[in-house]
Amino acid sequence: MNAVTPAPKLHDCRDAFVAVLERLGADNSRIVAVCNDSVGSSKLGGFKAKWPDRLVNVGIAEQNMVGVGAGLANGGLLPFVCGAACFLTGRSLEQIKADIAYSNANVKLVGISSGMAYGELGPTHHSIEDFAWTRVLPNLPVVAPCDSIETAAAVEWAAGHDGPVFLRLSRVGVPDLLPAGHTFELGKANLLRDGDAITLIANGTVTHRMMKAADILAGKGIEARVLNMATVRPLDVESISAAARDTGAILTAEEHSTIGGLGSAIAEFVVSDAPVPMKILGVPGIFAPTGSAEFLLDEFGMSPAAIAEAAVALIARKSSRA
Amino acid sequence: MQPNDLDRIARQIRLRDLQAVFEAGAGHIGGEMSAIDILTALYFRVLRVWPDQPKHPDRDRFVLSKGHVALALYVTLAKRGFIPEEEIGTFLKPHSRLNGHPNCNKVPGVETNTGPLGHGLPVAVGMAKAAKLTGARYHTYVMTGDGEMQEGSNWEAIASAAQFGLDNLTLIIDHNRFQQGASLKDTNNLAPFPAKLSAFGWDVTEINGNVMDEIVPALEKRGGRPHCIVAHTNKGHGISFMQDTVDWHHKVPNAEQYKIAVAELSEAL
Repeated sequence: MNAVTPAPKLHDCRDAFVAVLERLGADNSRIVAVCNDSVGSSKLGGFKAKWPDRLVNVGIAEQNMVGVGAGLANGGLLPFVCGAACFLTGRSLEQIKADIAYSNANVKLVGISSGMAYGELGPTHHSIEDFAWTRVLPNLPVVAPCDSIETAAAVEWAAGHDGPVFLRLSRVGVPDLLPAGHTFELGKANLLRDGDAITLIANGTVTHRMMKAADILAGKGIEARVLNMATVRPLDVESISAAARDTGAILTAEEHSTIGGLGSAIAEFVVSDAPVPMKILGVPGIFAPTGSAEFLLDEFGMSPAAIAEAAVALIARKSSRA
Repeated sequence: MQPNDLDRIARQIRLRDLQAVFEAGAGHIGGEMSAIDILTALYFRVLRVWPDQPKHPDRDRFVLSKGHVALALYVTLAKRGFIPEEEIGTFLKPHSRLNGHPNCNKVPGVETNTGPLGHGLPVAVGMAKAAKLTGARYHTYVMTGDGEMQEGSNWEAIASAAQFGLDNLTLIIDHNRFQQGASLKDTNNLAPFPAKLSAFGWDVTEINGNVMDEIVPALEKRGGRPHCIVAHTNKGHGISFMQDTVDWHHKVPNAEQYKIAVAELSEAL
């Protein structure tokens, strides 16, 4: 009888975020959390219990929340401005542009429950436009960690980075992929698996699906390279160039619209500097139907099996060019 | 510095502002003239600032939320020694750091980037809140336009300032009664302001915002709540034909008008 492989433990990356925030906050009283009545959904209850004065809750007022964050930074504090990603970015985009990015304010924007984490609540609560809205802004690194280890490392990095950051987190459980003790480097993709037939690039909640797709492909004798690309801006063009050169095809997948996200960012580079066949998986420019995030990712062709199928089709396009 | 001295400086700032608008062929002269007396009182009497140390942590903060009158701020900052006075001649020129809205990363003395309306007050609330959290003694001032108060973000900030007990925050509403396209009254009339601010838990002082004897004590007033100064001003103040006319929101004087305006502002300099 074959041994059953136990399902990997899934982690809510918000836990890693607040664990690091509270650890850093113990040594650095400049760290404050700012939220829009989102103490619970941002898991800031522990931070509030430890340092009630350092939890600045502006109420349900996201434009004010982001502006207040900029002012707190001006006054010498290190604010982590937390809210549901859909409201933080959509409602406050002009504040993010003018008060944070253009002013280069040392504010960490933490978008919680991004993508379709609030799947059943409908498109008002989906945040599948936030890469597009934020990655176009100068001065603002955009980072979507793939697991709890990378989340912890990215929060630690963000606290030490002198300037604004947008951290895009989810509440959807994901398995750990990166090794314990991993250090986050802005704009540097992680090679999770090497191969020469195609490169699969993802971030956030989709990276582990890419790994499973690579397993399926390996079962067919196809060796895929898998890159975890948490940083959407600045883009790791070296890894993309190498992927194009070494594997000749790039398949991207993300919990975001196919318009304007990680795949678009990669395509902008590929089309001019490293032209190879490419396909972008994501939500195809529509308001998503009702369903959980996991259901919707499957629905939009991002189940491991569907990703593997898309990879095979893309590889065929590669050979037809040869 | 006494009110007479402040009046003299304000006239000099008005004159330089007028010249720069005329030379650049653009600007927001009406709202600049309405605000210049208050800017003068702030920078030459009230604010604890050090031009040679523009980022000094103890400096008082001033946020010009009505960022479209940046030129008035630039001329004031130049006169106060933050930037060279001759640099005003570069206003709006290619690659000048003095563009139509102030940039805190390029212009010493500017605290945050403004331009889109309804941004300065939330940031000022954060500055004042930071002082409360760190124990810093600086005071935060922010100036908005009266039309700008139509932006909802201001009212989010007003509510939070009261909630946070920010007695170290002063909001100055430059109430010149005109916005870009028409009078406030004929657009979306938020006036009278005092009862609205009081209802949100603020102290309110009404002054003539073009009279130093009223401006200075209002800016220096301290109390137990956030403080709003409703400054009744005149758009185009100091230049007779511009005063209280909506046209002069961002009109540029022709040569003849410029000559008349210079003559009026030069009197009693």
